[in-house]
Amino acid sequence: MSILVIADHDNQSLKPSTLNTIGAAKQIGGDITVLVAGQGCAGVAEAAAKAEGVSKVLVADDAAYANQLAENLSLLVAEIGKDYTHILTPAGTTGKDFLPRVAALLDVAQISDIIKVESADTFQRPIYAGNALATVKSSDSIKVITVRPTAFDPVAAEGGSAAVEALSLAKDAGTSQFVKAEMAKSDRPELTSASIVISGGRGMQNGENFKMLEKIADKLGAAVGASRAAVDAGFVPNDMQVGQTGKIVAPQLYIAVGISGAIQHLAGMSGSKVIVAINKDEEAPIFQVADYGLVADLFQAVPELEQELDKVL
Amino acid sequence: MKVLVAVKRVIDYNVKVRVKPDNTGVDLTNVKMAMNPFCEIAVEEAVRLKEKGIATEVVVVSIGPQAAQEQIRTALALGADRGILIQTDEEIQSLAAAKLLKAVVDKEQPKLVILGKQAIDSDNNQTGQMLAALCGYPQGTFASEVVVEGEKVNVTREVDGGLVTVALNLPAVVTTDLRLNEPRYASLPNIMKAKKKPLETTTPADLGVDVAPRLTTLKVEAPAQRKAGIKVASVAELVDKLKNEAKVI
Repeated sequence: MSILVIADHDNQSLKPSTLNTIGAAKQIGGDITVLVAGQGCAGVAEAAAKAEGVSKVLVADDAAYANQLAENLSLLVAEIGKDYTHILTPAGTTGKDFLPRVAALLDVAQISDIIKVESADTFQRPIYAGNALATVKSSDSIKVITVRPTAFDPVAAEGGSAAVEALSLAKDAGTSQFVKAEMAKSDRPELTSASIVISGGRGMQNGENFKMLEKIADKLGAAVGASRAAVDAGFVPNDMQVGQTGKIVAPQLYIAVGISGAIQHLAGMSGSKVIVAINKDEEAPIFQVADYGLVADLFQAVPELEQELDKVL
Repeated sequence: MKVLVAVKRVIDYNVKVRVKPDNTGVDLTNVKMAMNPFCEIAVEEAVRLKEKGIATEVVVVSIGPQAAQEQIRTALALGADRGILIQTDEEIQSLAAAKLLKAVVDKEQPKLVILGKQAIDSDNNQTGQMLAALCGYPQGTFASEVVVEGEKVNVTREVDGGLVTVALNLPAVVTTDLRLNEPRYASLPNIMKAKKKPLETTTPADLGVDVAPRLTTLKVEAPAQRKAGIKVASVAELVDKLKNEAKVI
């Protein structure tokens, strides 16, 4: 078996989700090659070469791949990928964008968002917003797969010494152009890779009140998330949304504040190791999944939590 | 310009999903079905393009059983002009759906194809991208804003960590994210009018598309349920448990 893992990166650094994806590739078993496609991405390639279990790193450094445009990236991956048995990438917005194009160009199915490797051709994935888990077997010669990063342990980021090989393959479909990126600037960790996440729901009442959660987050080194209800109410932007229609997180500690626990939210966070719920409604469904529940008014409990944390941290 | 919108008939998003006891799938007998929510947003966007005078005709297509006519009629009531049902009772996977839609694109020659980013049953998030690849079109996935300007469409996309805007040559494929728009409700007069709008039926065989599945579902299970833990009486107790029992802070 030969596995091609497409690295997720921003030309500066390798996203941690790539290491989880290599972890999934190791479970399939076989020779693992990582493809880094970007522009000025030599540092990313070096990082990928150090990852545990990688035997080769291919680098396609060209303006066509600078912004990960799906039209260009898919042409490259389909051409290189036809010599592999498996093509894997993290199920982030980049992978979800370009990989189905690769599958279509290779005339094979894509298996989305796998959470378990059963064998080289059989995988488990969530359907119906995580309310059911399907085990699917592929009959295609090339398995094209997006990997849910939180479902797999990452490989070690250091210790490997894979060979780095430059590719001179510029594939420009010429049909799309990058215009601009508006990225949320934050010193806090990214939601999907944070080890602690604190999220607010409709109970927060407005966006201003999320500052209370930010203070806690800064004490704990946590990321701040939100339920879809809070996003729909306009309190916070959509990129903070945790849930089936937002981000899937699985931190060591998840603190849900003023979140009732709709199915769509639970689908995004029930893989967390420890769940804390703070809600004044003791009947809220979130308490059915919480390891520690506190029935309290969040406007008293959250400032108090800040003080208590000061005592122990 | 002509706009093609694809819609899928799925379990209503308010219905609680139950796995069949024999683990062969999800129980859909006597369950309320509806248009996939992301597809509703796609229809709404197409209708708004028509209201702005940019789209001249909105054609809605669905793949599924005869009953999927209901979802096409819903789209017609929301403002689409005519419908096409690719009727089949077979399981249609994403690649097959993309090939069927490509056959419709070849015939209809739309300038813009709008789809939901994913269906809430299979959660694949593939069909739009696969269709774009098969047609050789550019794509704007997970769109939160769509602006047509001459022979280009600018699409603002919701990506991890923020927003990215791309300019695509037409014809192009757009897939919708939740915040692109808020779909309207169909009025009663429009529901009545929709019954008279043309709806053509075809089949995968008529379109000459092989829809054989590539993936076999071996089993479908309910996820392991998390057990409720304990209630703590105070914030101080909570912090103590997190530090000394769970050891996560």
